Amino acid sequence: MKRLVPLIITFVVGTVLILSVFIPPMEGLGENFTLFFDIIAVFAFFLGGGNLVRVHFQKMSRKSDDWEFSIVTLVGFFVMLAAGLFKIGNPGDIASSVTADGSLFQAIYRSVFVPLSSTMYALLAFFVASASYRAFRAKNREATLLLVAAFIILLGSTPFGTMLTSWVPESWSIFQIPNLAVWLMSSPNLAGQRAIIIGIGLGVVSISLRLILGLERTYLGDDNA
Amino acid sequence: MLSPLMAITVQDIGITVSLVFILLGLAWLAWRSFSGKEVDRRIIFLFIFFSVAMPVIFKISFKFKATPIVNALYEKIESLPNNSTVLISYDFDPAMAPEVQPMADALSRHCLSRDIKIVYMCLFPTGQGQLEQTFSTVVRNEFPEKQDGIDFVNLGYKAGGEGVLNVIVTDFEKMFPTDVNSVPYSEIPIFDNIKSCKNLDLIISIGGGRPGIKEWVLFVGDPGNIPMAAGVAAVVAPQLYPYYPNQILGLLGGVKGAAEYENRLRDSDPKFADMPTPATTMMGPQTLAHIVVMSFIIIGNILFFRNRKRGEIS
Amino acid sequence: MKFISIYFVLLVSLSVSAQTNDNDSTSLLVNDSLTIKIAPPTSVIVEDYKYDDADNLQLHWVPSIDDMPQDGKVVRYRIYQSTNNGSFVLVDSVNFSVNMKKIEGLAIDSTYQFMVSAVSKNYEAKSNKTITIQTEREWINFNLASLFLIALLITSAVIYFIETARRGKELFVRKIAGLEAVDEAIGRATEMGRPILFIPGIHDMDDVQTLAAITILGKVARQVADYDTKIRMPVARSLVMTAARETIKTAYQTAGRPDAYNDDMVNYITDEQFGYVAAVDGIMVREKPATIFLLGAFFAESLILAETGNSVGAIQIAGTARPAQLPFFIAACDFTLIGEELFAASAYLSGEPKMLGSLKGQDVGKAIAMGVIIVGVISITLGEAYGIEFFSNITSSIQSFFTVNK
Repeated sequence: MKRLVPLIITFVVGTVLILSVFIPPMEGLGENFTLFFDIIAVFAFFLGGGNLVRVHFQKMSRKSDDWEFSIVTLVGFFVMLAAGLFKIGNPGDIASSVTADGSLFQAIYRSVFVPLSSTMYALLAFFVASASYRAFRAKNREATLLLVAAFIILLGSTPFGTMLTSWVPESWSIFQIPNLAVWLMSSPNLAGQRAIIIGIGLGVVSISLRLILGLERTYLGDDNA
Repeated sequence: MLSPLMAITVQDIGITVSLVFILLGLAWLAWRSFSGKEVDRRIIFLFIFFSVAMPVIFKISFKFKATPIVNALYEKIESLPNNSTVLISYDFDPAMAPEVQPMADALSRHCLSRDIKIVYMCLFPTGQGQLEQTFSTVVRNEFPEKQDGIDFVNLGYKAGGEGVLNVIVTDFEKMFPTDVNSVPYSEIPIFDNIKSCKNLDLIISIGGGRPGIKEWVLFVGDPGNIPMAAGVAAVVAPQLYPYYPNQILGLLGGVKGAAEYENRLRDSDPKFADMPTPATTMMGPQTLAHIVVMSFIIIGNILFFRNRKRGEIS
Repeated sequence: MKFISIYFVLLVSLSVSAQTNDNDSTSLLVNDSLTIKIAPPTSVIVEDYKYDDADNLQLHWVPSIDDMPQDGKVVRYRIYQSTNNGSFVLVDSVNFSVNMKKIEGLAIDSTYQFMVSAVSKNYEAKSNKTITIQTEREWINFNLASLFLIALLITSAVIYFIETARRGKELFVRKIAGLEAVDEAIGRATEMGRPILFIPGIHDMDDVQTLAAITILGKVARQVADYDTKIRMPVARSLVMTAARETIKTAYQTAGRPDAYNDDMVNYITDEQFGYVAAVDGIMVREKPATIFLLGAFFAESLILAETGNSVGAIQIAGTARPAQLPFFIAACDFTLIGEELFAASAYLSGEPKMLGSLKGQDVGKAIAMGVIIVGVISITLGEAYGIEFFSNITSSIQSFFTVNK
């Protein structure tokens, strides 16, 4: 019974969502199922928040490794929660925007959250360099092609690309590096990406059918046996 | 008369020092590679740090010509009559902001200077904070005469992604009964003649994640036959080329796209001569970083071929 | 003086009445010398909107003869609606040059009539009224017939091959290196006595990539339970946490070691993309896992995670259906499941014939796609280059078949 009910729900919802594409009176049902998921996901926030608090309190009370970091996590969590929930420092009343200028929420957002997120994202610049150093080696024909393409794209997105090939006449403009970079991205690269996307589309059909037909049950905690 | 030496600026010295430092360092690494020594990833990180930091410190920047795909969006906004309404959706978070916030600011500046009304909204919860940034740096700072509700409106964030788009394509009020300041939809003058996205003259999605421009095209642009444009992170741009020019009339891709738009705007009218151009400033570091990455690829290959020659790699 | 005033009043009244009589469907907003007079739109036709749930009508009109973009006289068209023979109210407006509008949100049991007006800066010219009409409901959207056919064909192929496999026919499925390496990767962690880190992407359970990751987790957890290896799974979504716990718990129960399972194997970090990445990177650096699985929906964080994993010397198996992130995984990971391989993984790992059959069904879809691409490329090339009508017709037939008009 524990497995049967979710399987029936999956079958019914999956079938209805497919049919709602082709049967106009069922379109509303499809939209409603999407909303149901959003509502459930909102309640799940409590589940996640609860787990976070429990895990870090446990770490602190047991003085596990690096338990000091848990203090930072919990302080951050509760301060941000209070700033948003009680709209601390908001210039307007309780109905005003949570991110209004002057609010504590907005202040923390700008001075802590934005720099921290940007820092994490900026790490990409370093990792792209180290990954390129390791990966772009002319080990065989395919890797050499990849290497040359990468070079053209990198050069094409700098002013040096334009400078290096500015002598190429306009009638041969495709061989100017920036144009060559755009061609690489919009033709060979796109063709490859489309092939991958077609494969992904078919893969989604296949796994969806397995889920709807109940062949795939691992996500329900079943062993498919 | 000034001697040639007097004409040398701090910027010139900065550019020279940066290039000499980086080139000498790379040459040293290349020489090490010839003797078969791998480059530690921390050295690579150090070079990237310098190649990014030095142009920021010495303000090294380059000039850019707008490519057709960027120019198309500029021309579209130029062609809109006064009092048209454009929607700009902030579908990004702070992490992506350095790349796409300059686009959002430049587009807002362009629209407001042409008396085009703007409806702001976001599909990312953290987009609302980014929206506030545009409000404080561009809208309120450069256009103090523009009035909230009449010349622009901020609808804020609404959860639901594609679900939100599915609804606003036919009815704004259903999803946004009020703006962020709790003013009811019916009392906002900008919406007097606007019931849904279909009444808008242009929609621009700024972002790169999901929900983003693809979802906008799928749920709003295509079904509603509404002109769409986008500004996205560089990594996402290649996937959007097939949408241009039929489903997306213009596309700004990454910092370079933003820099091209800033340059186009600045060159178009003297009133924009002193406008901030963060993306153009960022292109300095990006250019040098690209050169460093290319140099490391070369160094990596030198090492690879050297080792293969000596039979250390089969 | 009095006489002159009366004379002017009479003159104005006469001119207004003459204008009103002259064209019953035209109304005046402002009567001054600067009025930009324009002609109304004509031939306003309303008809049922096809393939809907009786909630839309389609309105067409011939634009005003003054609607020319270069002179900008007409700025907008306004649409007025009368419901159940009531008075006309403004319901919508569209830009100049537009000549059609889908009227939405209507009811099946009401009657409707419409009027369209062209609007200049200070003048409005209304058209005649349309006929009275009711909406109609269609039960099947024939606009999507081609999509239905393709879906039916691929679905039937998948089900056919599942059935074929069920009846015991041997099906060949090519080897997928990334999945062949799963056993070795888990074994390595066991030998080294270090944990396995499983990252299911940053999307929720409504993303099929996350579902695919959870199904692979089931197979991995089963082996982990058998070998008594430690598994850690930090997640970015609460629902994923619940589903993953159930999956791992079942795997431990099936392995006969329910006591070895504990809920802390899976823990929620944050929904915030880079907050999650920071936490996961921290776990990698501190705990130095021997094996890392990066399977699911990944975005800008893909390379940050994969490079950090690489720097701690972990063997990494990655997989995503986000084409933009695949190059990063290929550059930084040992094995990468490209797109469809991620969805095939659970079937492949289970080795069950009926599951493998579903993979075989996909090949029919691929054959169709390849066939159509080849025919399309040949026909469009010959049609365009040599102007052969036969090939142009083939091209347009293919295009119209694969164009979805919703």
